[in-house]
Amino acid sequence: MQMRLINRRPGRPLTVFLALLPFVLALIGYTIASEIRLAANPADKLLPAPGTIIDTAVRLFTEGDRRSGRILLWHDTGVSLMRLAIGVSIAAIIGLVTGLLIGLLPHVRAALGIFVAVLSMIPPLAILPILFIVFGLGEVSKVVLIVIGITPFLIRDMSQRVIDIPTELIVKGQTLGASSMVIALRVALPQIMPRLIQAVRLSLGPAWLFLIAAEAIASDLGLGYRIFLVRRYLAMDVILTYVLWITALAFLIDWALRTLSRRLYPWAGEGL
Amino acid sequence: MTAYRRFAAGLVLSATTALALVATPAPAQEKTEFRVAWSIYVGWMPWGYLDESGIMDKWAEKYDIAVEIVQINDYVESINQYTAGAFDGVSATNMDTLSIPAGSGVDTTALIVGDYSNGNDAIIIKGEGGLEDLAGMPVNLVELSVSHYLLARGLDSVGLAERDLDGVINTSDADMIAAYQTDDVQALVTWNPLVSAILDEPGANRIYDSADIPGEIIDIMFVNTETLAANPAFGMALTGAWYELMGLMAAGDEAALTAMAEASGTDLAGYQSQLASTEMFYDPAAAVAFTESEALKETMVNVAEFLFDKGILGEGAPSADFVGVEYPDGSTTGDPGYVMMRYDTTYMQMAADGAL
Repeated sequence: MQMRLINRRPGRPLTVFLALLPFVLALIGYTIASEIRLAANPADKLLPAPGTIIDTAVRLFTEGDRRSGRILLWHDTGVSLMRLAIGVSIAAIIGLVTGLLIGLLPHVRAALGIFVAVLSMIPPLAILPILFIVFGLGEVSKVVLIVIGITPFLIRDMSQRVIDIPTELIVKGQTLGASSMVIALRVALPQIMPRLIQAVRLSLGPAWLFLIAAEAIASDLGLGYRIFLVRRYLAMDVILTYVLWITALAFLIDWALRTLSRRLYPWAGEGL
Repeated sequence: MTAYRRFAAGLVLSATTALALVATPAPAQEKTEFRVAWSIYVGWMPWGYLDESGIMDKWAEKYDIAVEIVQINDYVESINQYTAGAFDGVSATNMDTLSIPAGSGVDTTALIVGDYSNGNDAIIIKGEGGLEDLAGMPVNLVELSVSHYLLARGLDSVGLAERDLDGVINTSDADMIAAYQTDDVQALVTWNPLVSAILDEPGANRIYDSADIPGEIIDIMFVNTETLAANPAFGMALTGAWYELMGLMAAGDEAALTAMAEASGTDLAGYQSQLASTEMFYDPAAAVAFTESEALKETMVNVAEFLFDKGILGEGAPSADFVGVEYPDGSTTGDPGYVMMRYDTTYMQMAADGAL
């Protein structure tokens, strides 16, 4: 009898091969395109050869800037990660608290539910000039852009998760004499913590986007700043190194959060 | 289903176009269809009007070719697109052309030297003061742009250097006006129409501008050297159309000037005030004389040194002379074995002689 496709599973070696295949194909595609362009113009900067990118990467990671002597990549990384961490943490805390309130308290839900839904539709980048004038051009406005960018999503997701908690659990808490406060902290909070980590993982993509946008607009250090600066002379070897580095960082953060979630809340089940 | 199919077809089409773009950098064969890119700036507004008025089409027809004039909203992106081979020509400054296309090995020729900035770029501070007062101040500007060059020249004129400042902060030109209104910003360098908008704010004080370094920030229509060599008709059509419009502008043609003013987001008076700080070469003979002057060589050497000092010529650049620049008299500055930027007065001279 023929086995259905949905029931066939690859063996271990094939799994590894299949996982690597798209990466290898992308690399081959890039190398071919790069070689075609370099054959036409050896000084072409748009698609530098992979070897050039590696040389540039080694230089960026190890050698100091010609004038200041600082290794700019590490400084850029430190500053950007700090902005990202502060922004995402603030957004996560606001999202968690507001989500709990909206999910548990009908009065708050009546007051804020629709407002948050509307708020989440405002494209943050479109109101940048207002943010600048209110929060200045320094660190605050960059963090605020991330917070404004991802908080509405986190609030909405958290509220929905709280509403999704089986009513039986809430009722049971009440029959055991728990107050609203105790239900919030002992019933709802543990239930949605793994969901919060999941939501933060999903919002990291947009958070990076807002971080880079903020750094591109007014900055003197940061990953996004560097990318937009060297774009002025089409230094794609530098840009691609930074892009790969950002991708690696984002992947590591995502992986760390997933591991954290599995350690702390093993009962929350398997996620991607 | 149809909608889905159309979407899928569109996707395949754009993927193919993207691939073609990546794979075909600046073909140099004879051809009949050309594309040039421009972005909004007082001295380049004529390109938009050439397109919408049909003057470009008229001249293209005369030489049996087609020229598409495309407005790109982001200046640097327009140069990058040209460098990548998506366009045959681009409006740019002498400085950015030396650093991006020429620095990337795309041999580029200055076809039409349109104007130089004569006050359009300015250093502005809040309150009273002069260049000396910049010491210890943070300065907001688009880093590595002509603004940065203007700042370097200004500081140099009073014996200061960038390290004497409290740093430069890269600020997008799109947000410069909003940036000025924040307390963090004390000094900035930018260009028109932003300069006039910011000078309208209370307390804004212009302390240095490009009129102090006349003829150093030059706005030019650049074209791919190989494309031009294989297709002189392309050069003739662009130059002919350009100087027909220059004639109209010099004569004060209100319809043309108003259209350009509106396209740049201002009115006739506003546009004329920007033109006042732009030294337009309405007369091709004046452009030829400027391009043939010795001062241009000195400017290009200054620019190359600035670019090298800021690391803009790339890590592969051993010195400021890395890229060669050729002048109408055949002389060069920089590396004569690696000439990637050329000033050519052939076509402007044809316009001056009425030979187009």
